[in-house]
Order: sequence, then structure tokens, then C-alpha cells
Amino acid sequence: MLNIVNKSPLERNALQSCIETGTGGAILLIEDGVYAVARGNSFEPTLKAAMGKFKVYALAPDLEARGIADRVMDGVTAVDYGGFVDLVAEYKSSQSWL
Amino acid sequence: MKFSILVNEGPYTHQASDSAYQFAKAVLAKGHEIFRIFFYHDGVNNATRLTTPPQDDRNIVNRWSKLGEEHKLDMVVCVAAAQRRGIVDDGEAKRNGKDATNLAAGFRISGLGQLIEAGIQSDRIVVFGD
Repeated sequence: MLNIVNKSPLERNALQSCIETGTGGAILLIEDGVYAVARGNSFEPTLKAAMGKFKVYALAPDLEARGIADRVMDGVTAVDYGGFVDLVAEYKSSQSWL
Repeated sequence: MKFSILVNEGPYTHQASDSAYQFAKAVLAKGHEIFRIFFYHDGVNNATRLTTPPQDDRNIVNRWSKLGEEHKLDMVVCVAAAQRRGIVDDGEAKRNGKDATNLAAGFRISGLGQLIEAGIQSDRIVVFGD
């Protein structure tokens, strides 16, 4: 399953819930969700630990819009909207954690 | 592959409407098909032709209309959500005794059944909201 998270983990618990209850697959962070992959943010250890269970992607245009494209933590793959489409096609189902 | 998109947030609210639009464009650019875009909850506000954003800002409503026209997209607005928020076409104006209409070009008003059908007929459905 592709989990799409659009909330910052520093503001809402959508990503936390996704990590705790999700059974694996991938997490794509979009909109304010991309704050989760900024190197040194307080959620970094939780996301790092979840990387065994999930592949983690972040939407590049949203990283750039927030000025954090140059400090993405290791293990995260940045994708553009075309990559977003490819991920949706690759996984049989997607869940938007709104 | 056949995609459908569900938009649950209004324009100029946060980012969902923009994300959905960029995603829709990318789906088409990749050569996939869009079966339907369904606008629900505050998402129905994407379909009012009366918005007038500043000239140097994106016009979210016109942008949807243009994309819909260019690619012959089926853009459906939920009727109950539209009635609550004052999104009206000719039929709804007549039925509910309203003196004006505001549904933008390329959209049509219909029911939730269209969302269910989109879920059944499409290979993928992606939800954008807040």
C-alpha cells in the first residue's frame, strides 16, 4: 500500500498513526508532510526507525517550496509529480492520511 | 491505467486543490486515463465560476475548466455538498428556486453514486484533502 501523508508530524499525528498502524509498503510525504524528512527535525528518529517497514518518498516540489530540498535525511527518495503517479500505479492501493 | 481523483478541499484553502491539479496533469502526461474527478465536501468550491483571484495569482477554477476541456475530463460535483455551499447549475436553480447559477464550465453536478462508480471503474483512486 502507498500511504500518502500531507501533514507535518510536528503539528498532527497522521504520520505517527500511519507508521504505527500501517503494515508496510511505502510512505509518500507531500505538502506539509515533507517537513518530516528535514534533517535534524525532532521526528527524524521515528521516521528512521520506520524505514525498515516502509520505503519513504517525499514530493520534490513541496520540499523546494518549503526550502528544505537541500537537507533531506538519508534514505528518503525525492520524486516529482510524475514519480507520484508512478508510485500510485506501482502500489495496488493508496491511503491518504488526511 | 485508469485513474480517478477525489478532491475534498476548496481552492485557496491549504494545498490539496493545487496538489490534485498537479497530480491530474502528471497522470495525463504519463499517458494514463482519468476516468473522473469527483469534488466533495468543501471541494465543491473548486467549481464556482464567480471567483476572482488577483491577476498575478493562479486561477484555480479556470485552471480546472481548461484542463477539463482540453482532456474531455468528467468533473463531477457532489449535489448535496453543492447545495449546502451554494454551487448551482440551471437544473438546481430551477429545482430550488434560486435566482442565479455559478457552476463553472466543464463541471457537472451529480450524486455520490458517481464516486462509487469511479471507485469501481478505475484502477486507482487518489484522495486529496485537508
